[in-house]
Amino acid sequence: MVPLHYYLVLSAILFACGVTGFLIKRNIITIFMSIELMLNAVNLSFVAFAARWHVLSGQVFVFFVMVVAAAETAVGLAIIIAVYRTRETLNVDQANLLKL
Amino acid sequence: MFHLILFSVFAVIAVAGALNLLIQRHPISSALSLIVVMGSLAVEYLLLGAEFVAAIQVIIYAGAIMVLFVFVIMLLNAGVEERTKGSKVAFILGFPAMLAIGLLVAWVLVRAPNVGSVNIGAMYGPPKAIGWLLFHDFLLPFEVTSVLVLIAIMGAVVLASPVRSRFSKPQPEAESRQAFKVAAARDAAHEETISSRRSS
Repeated sequence: MVPLHYYLVLSAILFACGVTGFLIKRNIITIFMSIELMLNAVNLSFVAFAARWHVLSGQVFVFFVMVVAAAETAVGLAIIIAVYRTRETLNVDQANLLKL
Repeated sequence: MFHLILFSVFAVIAVAGALNLLIQRHPISSALSLIVVMGSLAVEYLLLGAEFVAAIQVIIYAGAIMVLFVFVIMLLNAGVEERTKGSKVAFILGFPAMLAIGLLVAWVLVRAPNVGSVNIGAMYGPPKAIGWLLFHDFLLPFEVTSVLVLIAIMGAVVLASPVRSRFSKPQPEAESRQAFKVAAARDAAHEETISSRRSS
């Protein structure tokens, strides 16, 4: 028997790690992986709440989140390839054409 | 008790993997630690009784998505990320603010009454029940999702395919200009010979 808090705190820690990676990382692929980490943290709290309240809809939502994450990854990595082709770098600090 | 021990072990593994993702400087190391996080989260789902979710976590996330990531890292030959000077504001305000928010969330969650607890085996999420729900209550979202995936496939193909003739194609254009000049010169010479023949 595990209190629901534990799952939620674990989910919050993973989400915070994802946000930190999104902010401090400079490689565009690693930033993308941080987004995946955040999605995983949200999935964990979905499943924990589904188990707590005995409702299967939470698990169906996790399925939808995974499908959207897969679509997002496919398009995002294609964008990364296109960016690399034009700018020859993966560093987000060097993609600063719109900066004053 | 057994549930708590398993939960703690895999929670520690997941958090260690997430921290390793932040610490490592090479994208491949980050990708591998993200796979560790996803695998331990799959075990957490199994502990919660979500068999179907655990299976698709391993198949889709740890299988398909991470293979895509590793493939792109290899394709672009991504090296160790270089250090650049970040914004000072992020270091002065960002990290204490994030720590404060994390502590606040944890405090609220721990202090909240009546949240209850989850038992191992109390909930059962077999593929059959999920499928029934997916094709009865969530039929419209499911179909919309298929359209979304189709658009994502086409978008990925269009974005990742080589650039065609829109922005930069100087070489063939120059060649065609050259060919046009040659043809024009040849025509002029031809005209000249015709006119000289006529005049003579």
